[in-house]
Amino acid sequence: MSDAVRPRRWRPAPLIANPWLRHGLTLGAVIYLALALGTIDVNWARVIDGLDRGARFIAGFLQPNFSARWDDIVQGMIESLTMTVTSTVAGIAISIPIGIGAARNIVPRPVYYVCRSIIAVSRSLQEIIVAIFLVAMVGFGPFAGFLTLSFATIGFLSKLLAEDIEDIDPASVEAIRATGSGWFSMLSYGVLPQVMPRLIGLSLYRLDINFRESAVVGIVGAGGIGATLNTAIDRYEFDSAAAILLLIIGIVMVSEYTSSIIRKRVQ
Amino acid sequence: MAVQHLANGRFAWQRRTPKAEWLSWLAWLAGVALTVFCWRVMTENTIWDYVWDAPTQAADIGGRMVPPRWSYFPNIIKPLWDTLNIATLGTLLAVFISVPIAFLAARNTTPSVAFVRPLAIFVIVSSRSINAIIWALLLVSILGPGILAGIIAIALRSIGFIGKLLYEAIEEIDAKQVEAITATGASGPQTLAYAIVPQIMPAFAGITVFRWDINIRESTVLGLVGAGGIGLNLESSLNTLAWPQVTLILLVILGTVVVSEWISARIRHAII
Repeated sequence: MSDAVRPRRWRPAPLIANPWLRHGLTLGAVIYLALALGTIDVNWARVIDGLDRGARFIAGFLQPNFSARWDDIVQGMIESLTMTVTSTVAGIAISIPIGIGAARNIVPRPVYYVCRSIIAVSRSLQEIIVAIFLVAMVGFGPFAGFLTLSFATIGFLSKLLAEDIEDIDPASVEAIRATGSGWFSMLSYGVLPQVMPRLIGLSLYRLDINFRESAVVGIVGAGGIGATLNTAIDRYEFDSAAAILLLIIGIVMVSEYTSSIIRKRVQ
Repeated sequence: MAVQHLANGRFAWQRRTPKAEWLSWLAWLAGVALTVFCWRVMTENTIWDYVWDAPTQAADIGGRMVPPRWSYFPNIIKPLWDTLNIATLGTLLAVFISVPIAFLAARNTTPSVAFVRPLAIFVIVSSRSINAIIWALLLVSILGPGILAGIIAIALRSIGFIGKLLYEAIEEIDAKQVEAITATGASGPQTLAYAIVPQIMPAFAGITVFRWDINIRESTVLGLVGAGGIGLNLESSLNTLAWPQVTLILLVILGTVVVSEWISARIRHAII
């Protein structure tokens, strides 16, 4: 009868069934948040000082100043764009053999392990740290950036290419093998046609990423638009910084749009 | 594939039409020409003596880097904790901002496809096109050096990532469940809570953990531009050419990244 007095309402089931675990996790999260927020040490006087600069930066977006540092911007953009193209091409050229070597289904075990470890090394080292070392070795300028981006491309492209090759339809490989062909014919007639559209898509995507990264490696001296941006921000020239950021956003948007069109046509 | 009709009534199979063949050759030629041109422009000012000298330099630096200076380890425990906080709090902040943006950007939940959606997409694209380090550079000059600049930089960069993946997940939901809930006479917020949110919850959790893992990686270098964390120690060690310390810091960063990747992989396996 009590059911009639107290109307029963349906409640969605909780995400974690065990109440102890559920409340324990909540408690842990609260304690962590309290500890973490406690470590934020804010110098409010400096922040209030900075608010004025922040306002100028936002105002800079409304009135970007392209002319003040135009020569530097052009120089930086040329470096960034050329760096992006060459490093993507070099990166792809190195990634294809490594990616093929890292596909478990078509190479012997030792080759697989060697290629996988190259990929692991390239992926675990951050672009900016690699750039610092390469600048120390080959000197300032876009060449160090080129090397950094090529190196970073290997980890990205080879890994995805290898995964793609591992996922191919084995039927056509078998068909080519049945004709008595060698390993290279098997690769070029059985494997590559299947992964080519994806490879082109990934390369275009990487072109995008390399351009974005080229803006970062300049901060540590490896050439590109990042160096110009760094100088502009260091001198509190926020209107020039805004102009550079708008250019970067614009180029990324255009390249994303064109690459999506090309990818649609290829696939 | 093109099939050619021969005079004797038979067919000849070709991979491409002659026109397509020519076009593909032209595209390759243009690509090669562009690369060569870019290479020449890029290496105009390169001093090749430095480049040829690189192996010697690398060997020199490598020699100085071993063995790592283990006694420096106590000095980087606090910066490491700061780095973890930058990544975690930055991800949390990004979640709070990007969830509403994702709902505004998804075609099936946005209030207006013509006005609000492009605006939300613009926010997502701009956040994605600018790296966390650049955001940090800006925020350090506005807010001053410290963890706060790092947290906001990480958050600003993550909005685009979480927003994009989440709005794609929202657009892919099963419309039937929404219809079923709406048919019961549910209001807008009720439809959201009972038809849409349960469907995207696993994707959302996966995306957040994935971004957290990326953010750990990114937050380790934010200190290079003054935004707090272990990168500050890396910067000062590099400036004083204390290579054994650099090695130790890099090893610690590598360890942290591996552990965070493992945690995120475990969590994602558990949810999805």
